[in-house]
Amino acid sequence: MSAPHHIPAAEAIIACEGLSKHFGGIRAFTDVAFQARRGEVTAVIGDNGAGKSTLVRSLVGVHQPDAGDLFFDGQARPFANPDEARKAGIETVHQNLALIDELTVAQNLFLNREIVRRIGPFAFLDRKAMKREARSMLSRLSINVPSINQRVRRLSGGQRQAISICRAVGSGAKLVVMDEPTAALGVQETANVEALIRRLREQSVSVILVSHNFDQVRRLSDQIWVMRAGKMAATVRASETSGNELVALVTGAA
Amino acid sequence: MSTPADNAPAAHSAGAEESRPSLAALLLDPSFWADWASVVGLVGLVIVFGIAQPVFLSVANLQALLLAAAILVVLSIGQTFVIATSGIDLSLAAAVMLGAIILGLVNAAGYGIFIACVLAVLATSAVGFLNGLIITAGKIPDFVVTLGTLSGITGLGLILSGGEPTMVGSTFLLRLASGSFGPFGYPVWVAIAAVIVAHIALYHTRFGVHLLATGGQAESAGALGIRTNRVKIAAYTISGLCAGVAAILLVARIGSAEPQINTSLLLNSVAAVVLGGVSLFGGRASILGPAIGALMLTALVNGLTLLNVSAFYQPLAVGAIVVLAALIMRYQK
Repeated sequence: MSAPHHIPAAEAIIACEGLSKHFGGIRAFTDVAFQARRGEVTAVIGDNGAGKSTLVRSLVGVHQPDAGDLFFDGQARPFANPDEARKAGIETVHQNLALIDELTVAQNLFLNREIVRRIGPFAFLDRKAMKREARSMLSRLSINVPSINQRVRRLSGGQRQAISICRAVGSGAKLVVMDEPTAALGVQETANVEALIRRLREQSVSVILVSHNFDQVRRLSDQIWVMRAGKMAATVRASETSGNELVALVTGAA
Repeated sequence: MSTPADNAPAAHSAGAEESRPSLAALLLDPSFWADWASVVGLVGLVIVFGIAQPVFLSVANLQALLLAAAILVVLSIGQTFVIATSGIDLSLAAAVMLGAIILGLVNAAGYGIFIACVLAVLATSAVGFLNGLIITAGKIPDFVVTLGTLSGITGLGLILSGGEPTMVGSTFLLRLASGSFGPFGYPVWVAIAAVIVAHIALYHTRFGVHLLATGGQAESAGALGIRTNRVKIAAYTISGLCAGVAAILLVARIGSAEPQINTSLLLNSVAAVVLGGVSLFGGRASILGPAIGALMLTALVNGLTLLNVSAFYQPLAVGAIVVLAALIMRYQK
Protein backbone atom coordinates (compact mmCIF):
# COMPACT_ATOMS: atom_id res chain seq x y z
CA MET A 1 0.00 0.00 0.00
CA SER A 2 1.56 3.29 -1.07
CA ALA A 3 1.12 6.18 1.33
CA PRO A 4 -0.37 9.39 -0.10
CA HIS A 5 2.56 11.54 -1.15
CA HIS A 6 2.52 15.27 -0.68
CA ILE A 7 2.79 17.88 -3.37
CA PRO A 8 3.89 21.47 -2.80
CA ALA A 9 1.06 23.69 -1.55
CA ALA A 10 1.36 26.09 -4.46
CA GLU A 11 0.61 23.31 -6.89
CA ALA A 12 -2.49 22.13 -5.04
CA ILE A 13 -5.78 23.86 -5.80
CA ILE A 14 -7.40 22.01 -2.90
CA ALA A 15 -5.92 19.92 -0.13
CA CYS A 16 -7.03 18.37 3.11
CA GLU A 17 -5.33 16.66 6.00
CA GLY A 18 -6.63 14.50 8.81
CA LEU A 19 -10.18 14.98 7.53
CA SER A 20 -12.86 12.86 9.27
CA LYS A 21 -16.60 12.68 9.01
CA HIS A 22 -18.96 10.63 11.11
CA PHE A 23 -22.74 10.35 10.88
CA GLY A 24 -23.79 9.32 14.35
CA GLY A 25 -21.92 6.10 15.00
CA ILE A 26 -21.15 5.50 11.36
CA ARG A 27 -17.73 6.59 10.15
CA ALA A 28 -17.97 7.88 6.57
CA PHE A 29 -14.21 8.42 6.36
CA THR A 30 -11.38 8.85 8.83
CA ASP A 31 -8.09 10.78 8.79
CA VAL A 32 -8.07 11.42 5.06
CA ALA A 33 -5.31 13.37 3.32
CA PHE A 34 -6.10 14.38 -0.25
CA GLN A 35 -4.83 16.87 -2.77
CA ALA A 36 -5.78 17.97 -6.25
CA ARG A 37 -3.25 19.67 -8.51
CA ARG A 38 -4.02 22.88 -10.31
CA GLY A 39 -4.99 22.34 -13.96
CA GLU A 40 -5.29 18.58 -13.61
CA VAL A 41 -8.15 16.12 -13.59
CA THR A 42 -8.02 14.39 -10.21
CA ALA A 43 -10.10 11.25 -9.81
CA VAL A 44 -11.43 9.74 -6.60
CA ILE A 45 -12.41 6.09 -6.97
CA GLY A 46 -13.55 3.41 -4.61
CA ASP A 47 -16.23 0.82 -4.05
CA ASN A 48 -19.77 1.76 -3.10
CA GLY A 49 -19.72 3.01 0.47
CA ALA A 50 -15.97 3.66 0.45
CA GLY A 51 -16.71 7.29 1.34
CA LYS A 52 -15.74 9.05 -1.89
CA SER A 53 -18.95 11.01 -2.39
CA THR A 54 -19.06 12.01 1.26
CA LEU A 55 -15.43 13.14 1.08
CA VAL A 56 -16.07 15.31 -1.94
CA ARG A 57 -19.23 16.74 -0.39
CA SER A 58 -17.23 17.59 2.70
CA LEU A 59 -14.75 19.47 0.52
CA VAL A 60 -17.45 21.67 -1.05
CA GLY A 61 -19.40 22.54 2.09
CA VAL A 62 -22.36 20.18 1.74
CA HIS A 63 -21.15 18.28 4.82
CA GLN A 64 -19.10 19.72 7.66
CA PRO A 65 -16.08 17.54 8.49
CA ASP A 66 -15.74 16.63 12.18
CA ALA A 67 -11.98 16.99 12.21
CA GLY A 68 -9.12 17.95 9.94
CA ASP A 69 -7.87 20.90 7.89
CA LEU A 70 -9.05 22.04 4.49
CA PHE A 71 -7.03 24.30 2.22
CA PHE A 72 -8.39 25.84 -0.97
CA ASP A 73 -6.27 27.97 -3.27
CA GLY A 74 -3.55 28.30 -0.64
CA GLN A 75 -5.82 29.33 2.24
CA ALA A 76 -7.33 27.45 5.14
CA ARG A 77 -11.01 27.37 4.10
CA PRO A 78 -13.63 25.37 5.89
CA PHE A 79 -16.85 26.00 3.95
CA ALA A 80 -20.00 26.37 6.03
CA ASN A 81 -22.27 25.70 3.04
CA PRO A 82 -22.14 25.11 -0.73
CA ASP A 83 -22.81 28.79 -1.38
CA GLU A 84 -19.56 29.78 0.37
CA ALA A 85 -17.65 27.21 -1.64
CA ARG A 86 -19.19 28.55 -4.84
CA LYS A 87 -18.23 32.10 -3.96
CA ALA A 88 -14.68 30.97 -3.30
CA GLY A 89 -14.57 29.41 -6.78
CA ILE A 90 -15.69 25.78 -6.49
CA GLU A 91 -18.50 24.79 -8.84
CA THR A 92 -20.17 21.43 -8.35
CA VAL A 93 -21.92 19.58 -11.15
CA HIS A 94 -24.75 17.92 -9.30
CA GLN A 95 -26.00 14.55 -10.33
CA ASN A 96 -29.69 15.38 -10.05
CA LEU A 97 -29.91 19.00 -9.06
CA ALA A 98 -28.63 20.30 -12.31
CA LEU A 99 -30.87 22.31 -14.57
CA ILE A 100 -34.28 23.96 -14.58
CA ASP A 101 -36.35 22.05 -17.14
CA GLU A 102 -38.67 24.89 -18.05
CA LEU A 103 -35.92 27.41 -18.76
CA THR A 104 -33.97 27.63 -21.99
CA VAL A 105 -30.37 26.55 -22.46
CA ALA A 106 -29.18 30.16 -22.37
CA GLN A 107 -31.24 30.95 -19.27
CA ASN A 108 -29.83 27.92 -17.50
CA LEU A 109 -26.26 28.81 -18.38
CA PHE A 110 -26.70 32.24 -16.81
CA LEU A 111 -29.03 31.33 -13.97
CA ASN A 112 -28.26 33.44 -10.92
CA ARG A 113 -25.46 35.25 -12.70
CA GLU A 114 -27.50 36.96 -15.37
CA ILE A 115 -25.97 39.76 -17.39
CA VAL A 116 -27.93 42.95 -16.75
CA ARG A 117 -28.05 46.43 -18.19
CA ARG A 118 -28.73 49.21 -15.75
CA ILE A 119 -31.14 51.98 -16.62
CA GLY A 120 -31.37 54.35 -13.67
CA PRO A 121 -32.27 52.33 -10.59
CA PHE A 122 -33.51 49.40 -12.67
CA ALA A 123 -31.56 46.44 -13.98
CA PHE A 124 -32.86 44.70 -17.07
CA LEU A 125 -31.68 41.41 -18.49
CA ASP A 126 -29.33 41.79 -21.41
CA ARG A 127 -30.73 38.79 -23.24
CA LYS A 128 -28.77 39.46 -26.42
CA ALA A 129 -25.47 39.49 -24.55
CA MET A 130 -26.40 36.32 -22.64
CA LYS A 131 -27.34 34.50 -25.83
CA ARG A 132 -24.13 35.62 -27.51
CA GLU A 133 -22.06 34.54 -24.51
CA ALA A 134 -23.97 31.27 -24.23
CA ARG A 135 -23.17 30.45 -27.86
CA SER A 136 -19.48 31.14 -27.37
CA MET A 137 -19.37 29.19 -24.07
CA LEU A 138 -20.90 26.18 -25.80
CA SER A 139 -18.71 26.42 -28.89
CA ARG A 140 -15.56 26.81 -26.79
CA LEU A 141 -16.29 23.36 -25.37
CA SER A 142 -17.68 22.06 -28.70
CA ILE A 143 -21.06 21.29 -27.13
CA ASN A 144 -23.85 20.76 -29.65
CA VAL A 145 -27.40 21.67 -28.77
CA PRO A 146 -30.20 22.24 -31.28
CA SER A 147 -30.75 25.80 -30.10
CA ILE A 148 -29.83 27.86 -27.08
CA ASN A 149 -33.45 29.05 -27.02
CA GLN A 150 -34.68 25.51 -26.47
CA ARG A 151 -36.14 24.46 -23.16
CA VAL A 152 -33.82 22.09 -21.33
CA ARG A 153 -36.70 19.65 -20.78
CA ARG A 154 -36.41 18.49 -24.35
CA LEU A 155 -32.69 17.74 -24.29
CA SER A 156 -31.10 14.33 -23.81
CA GLY A 157 -29.34 13.32 -20.62
CA GLY A 158 -25.93 13.79 -22.21
CA GLN A 159 -26.77 17.24 -23.51
CA ARG A 160 -28.06 18.23 -20.09
CA GLN A 161 -24.90 17.01 -18.40
CA ALA A 162 -22.80 18.88 -20.96
CA ILE A 163 -24.71 22.08 -20.24
CA SER A 164 -24.31 21.63 -16.47
CA ILE A 165 -20.57 21.22 -16.95
CA CYS A 166 -20.45 24.18 -19.32
CA ARG A 167 -22.20 26.33 -16.74
CA ALA A 168 -19.78 25.28 -14.01
CA VAL A 169 -16.77 26.00 -16.18
CA GLY A 170 -18.25 29.18 -17.64
CA SER A 171 -18.63 30.74 -14.23
CA GLY A 172 -14.85 31.12 -14.10
CA ALA A 173 -14.60 28.54 -11.34
CA LYS A 174 -11.14 27.65 -10.07
CA LEU A 175 -12.22 24.08 -9.44
CA VAL A 176 -15.04 22.01 -10.96
CA VAL A 177 -16.29 19.03 -8.97
CA MET A 178 -18.18 16.26 -10.80
CA ASP A 179 -19.84 13.43 -8.91
CA GLU A 180 -20.43 10.48 -11.24
CA PRO A 181 -21.06 12.69 -14.29
CA THR A 182 -21.85 9.78 -16.59
CA ALA A 183 -23.71 7.51 -14.16
CA ALA A 184 -27.09 7.91 -15.82
CA LEU A 185 -25.94 8.13 -19.43
CA GLY A 186 -25.93 5.78 -22.40
CA VAL A 187 -22.79 4.68 -24.24
CA GLN A 188 -22.73 7.40 -26.88
CA GLU A 189 -23.65 10.12 -24.39
CA THR A 190 -20.99 8.92 -21.99
CA ALA A 191 -18.46 9.21 -24.81
CA ASN A 192 -19.59 12.78 -25.48
CA VAL A 193 -19.30 13.82 -21.84
CA GLU A 194 -15.88 12.14 -21.61
CA ALA A 195 -14.76 14.07 -24.67
CA LEU A 196 -15.94 17.22 -22.94
CA ILE A 197 -13.95 16.42 -19.78
CA ARG A 198 -10.90 15.77 -21.96
CA ARG A 199 -11.31 19.24 -23.50
CA LEU A 200 -11.47 20.72 -20.00
CA ARG A 201 -8.18 18.95 -19.25
CA GLU A 202 -6.63 20.39 -22.41
CA GLN A 203 -7.74 23.83 -21.27
CA SER A 204 -6.13 23.23 -17.86
CA VAL A 205 -9.35 23.47 -15.85
CA SER A 206 -8.91 21.92 -12.39
CA VAL A 207 -11.39 19.07 -12.04
CA ILE A 208 -12.23 16.58 -9.31
CA LEU A 209 -13.97 13.55 -10.78
CA VAL A 210 -15.75 10.99 -8.62
CA SER A 211 -16.33 7.71 -10.42
CA HIS A 212 -16.35 4.00 -9.97
CA ASN A 213 -15.59 3.31 -13.59
CA PHE A 214 -11.86 2.46 -13.55
CA ASP A 215 -11.43 2.56 -17.32
CA GLN A 216 -13.04 5.96 -17.51
CA VAL A 217 -10.83 7.27 -14.74
CA ARG A 218 -7.67 6.05 -16.48
CA ARG A 219 -8.79 7.63 -19.75
CA LEU A 220 -9.65 11.00 -18.25
CA SER A 221 -7.56 11.79 -15.21
CA ASP A 222 -3.99 12.70 -14.34
CA GLN A 223 -3.95 11.57 -10.72
CA ILE A 224 -6.08 8.86 -9.14
CA TRP A 225 -6.89 8.60 -5.43
CA VAL A 226 -8.28 5.33 -4.16
CA MET A 227 -10.58 5.11 -1.14
CA ARG A 228 -11.33 1.92 0.70
CA ALA A 229 -13.60 1.52 3.72
CA GLY A 230 -13.42 5.17 4.73
CA LYS A 231 -9.65 5.53 4.36
CA MET A 232 -7.50 6.98 1.61
CA ALA A 233 -5.82 3.76 0.50
CA ALA A 234 -3.51 4.93 -2.24
CA THR A 235 -2.75 7.49 -4.90
CA VAL A 236 -1.21 6.84 -8.30
CA ARG A 237 -0.52 8.69 -11.55
CA ALA A 238 -3.05 7.56 -14.12
CA SER A 239 -0.32 7.10 -16.70
CA GLU A 240 1.63 4.75 -14.41
CA THR A 241 -1.14 2.37 -13.44
CA SER A 242 -3.17 -0.41 -14.97
CA GLY A 243 -6.77 -1.47 -14.62
CA ASN A 244 -5.69 -4.53 -12.68
CA GLU A 245 -3.69 -2.46 -10.24
CA LEU A 246 -6.70 -0.17 -9.63
CA VAL A 247 -8.97 -3.14 -9.01
CA ALA A 248 -6.42 -4.51 -6.56
CA LEU A 249 -6.16 -1.15 -4.78
CA VAL A 250 -9.91 -0.72 -4.54
CA THR A 251 -10.56 -4.22 -3.25
CA GLY A 252 -7.53 -4.30 -0.97
CA ALA A 253 -5.89 -7.27 -2.70
CA ALA A 254 -2.67 -5.36 -3.33
CA MET B 1 -43.08 17.65 -36.70
CA SER B 2 -44.91 16.59 -39.83
CA THR B 3 -43.28 16.95 -43.20
CA PRO B 4 -45.26 17.80 -46.36
CA ALA B 5 -45.35 14.12 -47.30
CA ASP B 6 -46.97 13.24 -43.99
CA ASN B 7 -49.76 15.62 -44.74
CA ALA B 8 -50.68 14.18 -48.11
CA PRO B 9 -54.40 13.94 -47.28
CA ALA B 10 -54.49 17.66 -46.55
CA ALA B 11 -52.85 18.50 -49.86
CA HIS B 12 -55.73 17.57 -52.14
CA SER B 13 -58.22 19.68 -50.25
CA ALA B 14 -56.07 22.79 -50.51
CA GLY B 15 -53.35 22.60 -53.13
CA ALA B 16 -52.21 26.11 -52.38
CA GLU B 17 -51.25 25.06 -48.89
CA GLU B 18 -48.62 22.69 -50.11
CA SER B 19 -46.03 25.40 -49.86
CA ARG B 20 -47.06 25.98 -46.26
CA PRO B 21 -47.34 22.54 -44.76
CA SER B 22 -46.74 24.05 -41.37
CA LEU B 23 -50.24 25.52 -41.26
CA ALA B 24 -52.01 22.18 -41.59
CA ALA B 25 -49.51 20.60 -39.22
CA LEU B 26 -49.97 23.48 -36.83
CA LEU B 27 -53.74 23.14 -36.79
CA LEU B 28 -53.47 19.40 -36.16
CA ASP B 29 -50.95 19.88 -33.37
CA PRO B 30 -52.73 19.95 -29.99
CA SER B 31 -49.91 21.89 -28.39
CA PHE B 32 -50.64 24.79 -30.76
CA TRP B 33 -54.16 24.97 -29.33
CA ALA B 34 -52.81 24.66 -25.82
CA ASP B 35 -50.36 27.52 -26.23
CA TRP B 36 -52.95 29.79 -27.81
CA ALA B 37 -56.02 28.63 -25.90
CA SER B 38 -56.95 32.04 -24.54
CA VAL B 39 -56.48 33.83 -27.88
CA VAL B 40 -58.37 31.17 -29.82
CA GLY B 41 -61.10 31.20 -27.19
CA LEU B 42 -61.41 34.97 -27.24
CA VAL B 43 -61.52 35.15 -31.05
CA GLY B 44 -64.04 32.30 -31.12
CA LEU B 45 -66.30 34.00 -28.58
CA VAL B 46 -66.09 37.34 -30.39
CA ILE B 47 -67.12 35.66 -33.68
CA VAL B 48 -69.95 33.64 -32.13
CA PHE B 49 -71.37 36.50 -30.08
CA GLY B 50 -70.83 38.95 -32.95
CA ILE B 51 -72.99 36.82 -35.23
CA ALA B 52 -75.62 35.96 -32.62
CA GLN B 53 -75.95 39.49 -31.29
CA PRO B 54 -74.41 42.27 -33.45
CA VAL B 55 -74.66 44.71 -30.52
CA PHE B 56 -71.81 42.72 -28.97
CA LEU B 57 -69.42 44.23 -31.50
CA SER B 58 -70.57 47.82 -30.99
CA VAL B 59 -67.89 50.22 -29.81
CA ALA B 60 -69.90 51.04 -26.69
CA ASN B 61 -70.22 47.38 -25.72
CA LEU B 62 -66.56 46.62 -26.38
CA GLN B 63 -65.57 49.59 -24.23
CA ALA B 64 -67.88 48.39 -21.47
CA LEU B 65 -66.43 44.90 -21.79
CA LEU B 66 -62.87 46.17 -21.38
CA LEU B 67 -63.92 48.30 -18.42
CA ALA B 68 -65.56 45.31 -16.78
CA ALA B 69 -62.45 43.18 -17.43
CA ALA B 70 -59.95 45.61 -15.86
CA ILE B 71 -60.27 44.33 -12.28
CA LEU B 72 -60.01 40.69 -13.30
CA VAL B 73 -56.98 41.43 -15.49
CA VAL B 74 -55.16 43.05 -12.55
CA LEU B 75 -56.04 40.14 -10.24
CA SER B 76 -55.01 37.56 -12.82
CA ILE B 77 -51.58 39.17 -13.02
CA GLY B 78 -51.15 38.81 -9.26
CA GLN B 79 -52.35 35.22 -9.38
CA THR B 80 -49.94 34.52 -12.27
CA PHE B 81 -46.89 35.47 -10.19
CA VAL B 82 -47.98 33.13 -7.42
CA ILE B 83 -48.91 30.24 -9.70
CA ALA B 84 -45.58 30.63 -11.53
CA THR B 85 -43.91 29.62 -8.25
CA SER B 86 -46.22 26.56 -8.21
CA GLY B 87 -48.33 28.12 -5.47
CA ILE B 88 -51.89 29.41 -5.43
CA ASP B 89 -53.38 32.45 -3.73
CA LEU B 90 -56.87 31.59 -2.50
CA SER B 91 -56.99 34.71 -0.34
CA LEU B 92 -56.89 37.03 -3.35
CA ALA B 93 -60.58 38.01 -3.41
CA ALA B 94 -60.69 38.30 0.38
CA ALA B 95 -57.69 40.65 0.19
CA VAL B 96 -59.63 42.77 -2.32
CA MET B 97 -62.47 42.99 0.19
CA LEU B 98 -60.12 43.93 3.03
CA GLY B 99 -58.48 46.57 0.84
CA ALA B 100 -61.87 48.01 -0.09
CA ILE B 101 -63.01 48.17 3.54
CA ILE B 102 -59.80 49.84 4.70
CA LEU B 103 -60.10 52.32 1.84
CA GLY B 104 -63.68 53.08 2.85
CA LEU B 105 -62.98 53.38 6.57
CA VAL B 106 -59.86 55.55 6.21
CA ASN B 107 -61.69 57.78 3.77
CA ALA B 108 -64.72 58.01 6.05
CA ALA B 109 -62.42 58.93 8.94
CA GLY B 110 -61.46 62.01 6.94
CA TYR B 111 -57.86 61.21 6.03
CA GLY B 112 -58.36 61.91 2.36
CA ILE B 113 -58.72 59.57 -0.55
CA PHE B 114 -55.02 59.29 -1.45
CA ILE B 115 -53.96 58.15 2.00
CA ALA B 116 -56.94 55.78 1.97
CA CYS B 117 -55.81 54.25 -1.33
CA VAL B 118 -52.19 53.95 -0.19
CA LEU B 119 -53.20 52.29 3.08
CA ALA B 120 -55.49 49.89 1.24
CA VAL B 121 -52.65 48.81 -1.05
CA LEU B 122 -50.23 48.55 1.88
CA ALA B 123 -52.70 46.38 3.80
CA THR B 124 -53.27 43.94 0.94
CA SER B 125 -49.55 43.79 0.19
CA ALA B 126 -48.98 42.97 3.85
CA VAL B 127 -51.51 40.16 3.57
CA GLY B 128 -49.57 38.79 0.59
CA PHE B 129 -46.26 39.17 2.42
CA LEU B 130 -47.70 37.31 5.40
CA ASN B 131 -48.95 34.51 3.14
CA GLY B 132 -45.47 34.11 1.65
CA LEU B 133 -43.77 34.29 5.03
CA ILE B 134 -45.96 31.62 6.62
CA ILE B 135 -45.68 29.34 3.58
CA THR B 136 -41.88 29.52 3.39
CA ALA B 137 -40.95 29.82 7.07
CA GLY B 138 -43.56 27.31 8.22
CA LYS B 139 -43.08 25.00 5.23
CA ILE B 140 -46.86 24.69 4.94
CA PRO B 141 -48.57 24.04 1.59
CA ASP B 142 -49.68 27.22 -0.20
CA PHE B 143 -53.20 25.92 -0.47
CA VAL B 144 -53.63 25.50 3.28
CA VAL B 145 -52.07 28.83 4.24
CA THR B 146 -54.03 30.94 1.76
CA LEU B 147 -57.21 29.08 2.66
CA GLY B 148 -56.52 30.09 6.26
CA THR B 149 -55.83 33.73 5.42
CA LEU B 150 -58.92 33.73 3.18
CA SER B 151 -60.99 32.97 6.25
CA GLY B 152 -58.92 35.13 8.57
CA ILE B 153 -59.07 38.33 6.57
CA THR B 154 -62.73 37.78 5.75
CA GLY B 155 -63.33 37.85 9.49
CA LEU B 156 -61.06 40.86 9.91
CA GLY B 157 -62.99 42.69 7.20
CA LEU B 158 -66.29 41.93 8.89
CA ILE B 159 -64.98 43.02 12.30
CA LEU B 160 -63.54 46.28 10.94
CA SER B 161 -66.64 47.17 8.97
CA GLY B 162 -69.20 45.79 11.42
CA GLY B 163 -70.69 44.06 8.42
CA GLU B 164 -71.92 47.37 7.00
CA PRO B 165 -70.94 48.83 3.63
CA THR B 166 -69.23 52.23 3.66
CA MET B 167 -70.13 54.79 1.02
CA VAL B 168 -67.11 56.32 -0.64
CA GLY B 169 -68.08 59.61 -2.26
CA SER B 170 -64.82 60.74 -3.79
CA THR B 171 -64.53 62.79 -6.95
CA PHE B 172 -61.13 61.23 -7.58
CA LEU B 173 -62.58 57.71 -7.58
CA LEU B 174 -65.60 58.86 -9.56
CA ARG B 175 -63.32 60.27 -12.23
CA LEU B 176 -61.19 57.12 -12.14
CA ALA B 177 -64.24 54.97 -12.74
CA SER B 178 -66.00 57.02 -15.37
CA GLY B 179 -63.30 59.12 -17.04
CA SER B 180 -61.41 58.06 -20.10
CA PHE B 181 -58.30 58.89 -22.02
CA GLY B 182 -58.38 58.21 -25.73
CA PRO B 183 -60.50 55.17 -26.52
CA PHE B 184 -60.27 53.56 -23.09
CA GLY B 185 -61.54 54.35 -19.62
CA TYR B 186 -58.95 54.95 -16.89
CA PRO B 187 -59.41 51.48 -15.31
CA VAL B 188 -58.49 49.95 -18.67
CA TRP B 189 -55.33 52.05 -18.73
CA VAL B 190 -54.52 50.91 -15.20
CA ALA B 191 -54.87 47.31 -16.35
CA ILE B 192 -52.73 47.96 -19.45
CA ALA B 193 -50.04 49.56 -17.28
CA ALA B 194 -50.14 46.58 -14.91
CA VAL B 195 -49.75 44.19 -17.86
CA ILE B 196 -46.74 46.11 -19.19
CA VAL B 197 -44.98 46.38 -15.83
CA ALA B 198 -45.64 42.72 -15.02
CA HIS B 199 -44.48 41.60 -18.46
CA ILE B 200 -41.22 43.49 -18.06
CA ALA B 201 -40.74 42.10 -14.54
CA LEU B 202 -41.31 38.55 -15.73
CA TYR B 203 -39.29 38.58 -18.92
CA HIS B 204 -36.68 41.28 -18.52
CA THR B 205 -35.46 41.11 -14.95
CA ARG B 206 -33.43 38.66 -12.88
CA PHE B 207 -36.42 38.38 -10.57
CA GLY B 208 -38.53 36.99 -13.42
CA VAL B 209 -36.00 34.28 -14.29
CA HIS B 210 -35.55 33.38 -10.63
CA LEU B 211 -39.33 33.24 -10.22
CA LEU B 212 -39.65 30.70 -13.03
CA ALA B 213 -36.64 28.75 -11.75
CA THR B 214 -38.18 28.62 -8.27
CA GLY B 215 -41.48 27.41 -9.69
CA GLY B 216 -39.82 24.95 -12.04
CA GLN B 217 -37.43 23.18 -9.65
CA ALA B 218 -37.10 24.91 -6.32
CA GLU B 219 -34.41 22.53 -5.09
CA SER B 220 -32.21 22.99 -8.14
CA ALA B 221 -32.72 26.75 -8.01
CA GLY B 222 -31.70 26.70 -4.36
CA ALA B 223 -28.61 24.63 -5.17
CA LEU B 224 -27.58 27.40 -7.56
CA GLY B 225 -27.83 29.98 -4.83
CA ILE B 226 -31.24 31.44 -5.67
CA ARG B 227 -33.05 32.39 -2.49
CA THR B 228 -36.26 30.63 -3.35
CA ASN B 229 -38.03 31.61 -0.14
CA ARG B 230 -37.52 35.29 -0.85
CA VAL B 231 -38.75 34.82 -4.40
CA LYS B 232 -41.90 33.12 -3.14
CA ILE B 233 -42.57 35.83 -0.57
CA ALA B 234 -42.08 38.45 -3.30
CA ALA B 235 -44.58 36.65 -5.56
CA TYR B 236 -47.22 36.65 -2.83
CA THR B 237 -46.52 40.28 -2.02
CA ILE B 238 -47.04 41.16 -5.69
CA SER B 239 -50.30 39.24 -5.58
CA GLY B 240 -51.35 41.30 -2.54
CA LEU B 241 -50.33 44.51 -4.30
CA CYS B 242 -52.51 43.60 -7.27
CA ALA B 243 -55.39 42.89 -4.88
CA GLY B 244 -54.96 46.42 -3.50
CA VAL B 245 -55.07 47.99 -6.96
CA ALA B 246 -58.11 45.88 -7.77
CA ALA B 247 -59.75 47.06 -4.52
CA ILE B 248 -59.34 50.69 -5.56
CA LEU B 249 -60.83 49.96 -8.98
CA LEU B 250 -63.69 48.04 -7.35
CA VAL B 251 -64.58 50.78 -4.88
CA ALA B 252 -64.39 53.33 -7.70
CA ARG B 253 -66.72 51.19 -9.79
CA ILE B 254 -69.45 50.56 -7.22
CA GLY B 255 -69.01 53.71 -5.12
CA SER B 256 -68.87 51.92 -1.80
CA ALA B 257 -66.77 49.47 0.18
CA GLU B 258 -68.72 46.26 0.73
CA PRO B 259 -67.78 43.64 3.33
CA GLN B 260 -68.54 40.91 0.81
CA ILE B 261 -66.25 38.56 -0.99
CA ASN B 262 -66.77 38.22 -4.68
CA THR B 263 -65.83 34.54 -4.91
CA SER B 264 -66.19 34.57 -8.68
CA LEU B 265 -63.25 37.02 -8.76
CA LEU B 266 -61.04 34.43 -7.07
CA LEU B 267 -62.18 31.53 -9.22
CA ASN B 268 -62.00 33.58 -12.40
CA SER B 269 -58.49 34.80 -11.57
CA VAL B 270 -57.33 31.18 -11.38
CA ALA B 271 -59.37 30.33 -14.48
CA ALA B 272 -57.82 33.20 -16.44
CA VAL B 273 -54.34 32.04 -15.48
CA VAL B 274 -55.11 28.49 -16.59
CA LEU B 275 -56.66 29.74 -19.83
CA GLY B 276 -53.54 31.84 -20.34
CA GLY B 277 -51.41 28.72 -20.62
CA VAL B 278 -49.64 29.13 -17.28
CA SER B 279 -48.67 25.80 -15.75
CA LEU B 280 -50.26 25.13 -12.36
CA PHE B 281 -47.09 23.18 -11.54
CA GLY B 282 -45.06 26.36 -11.84
CA GLY B 283 -42.06 27.33 -13.93
CA ARG B 284 -44.01 28.43 -16.97
CA ALA B 285 -45.81 31.73 -17.18
CA SER B 286 -46.75 34.67 -19.32
CA ILE B 287 -48.62 37.86 -18.57
CA LEU B 288 -50.41 38.39 -21.88
CA GLY B 289 -51.94 34.89 -21.71
CA PRO B 290 -53.76 35.37 -18.39
CA ALA B 291 -54.72 38.94 -19.38
CA ILE B 292 -56.36 37.62 -22.55
CA GLY B 293 -57.86 34.79 -20.48
CA ALA B 294 -59.45 37.40 -18.20
CA LEU B 295 -60.77 39.25 -21.26
CA MET B 296 -62.19 36.01 -22.57
CA LEU B 297 -64.04 35.19 -19.35
CA THR B 298 -65.45 38.73 -19.23
CA ALA B 299 -66.50 38.48 -22.89
CA LEU B 300 -68.25 35.21 -22.11
CA VAL B 301 -70.34 36.76 -19.34
CA ASN B 302 -70.97 39.92 -21.38
CA GLY B 303 -72.08 37.95 -24.45
CA LEU B 304 -74.35 35.62 -22.50
CA THR B 305 -75.97 38.64 -20.85
CA LEU B 306 -76.56 40.26 -24.25
CA LEU B 307 -78.13 37.02 -25.44
CA ASN B 308 -80.49 37.17 -22.45
CA VAL B 309 -79.12 33.98 -21.01
CA SER B 310 -79.93 33.79 -17.31
CA ALA B 311 -77.08 34.75 -15.00
CA PHE B 312 -77.47 31.33 -13.42
CA TYR B 313 -75.90 29.77 -16.49
CA GLN B 314 -72.78 31.93 -16.42
CA PRO B 315 -70.83 30.02 -13.75
CA LEU B 316 -71.70 26.82 -15.60
CA ALA B 317 -70.27 28.23 -18.84
CA VAL B 318 -67.12 29.51 -17.10
CA GLY B 319 -66.60 26.16 -15.39
CA ALA B 320 -67.02 24.21 -18.63
CA ILE B 321 -64.52 26.42 -20.44
CA VAL B 322 -61.92 26.21 -17.68
CA VAL B 323 -62.09 22.40 -17.53
CA LEU B 324 -61.90 22.27 -21.33
CA ALA B 325 -58.86 24.54 -21.28
CA ALA B 326 -57.20 22.37 -18.64
CA LEU B 327 -57.77 19.31 -20.82
CA ILE B 328 -56.22 21.03 -23.84
CA MET B 329 -53.33 22.18 -21.64
CA ARG B 330 -52.25 18.58 -21.18
CA TYR B 331 -50.96 18.69 -24.73
CA GLN B 332 -48.72 21.64 -24.07
CA LYS B 333 -45.15 20.97 -25.14
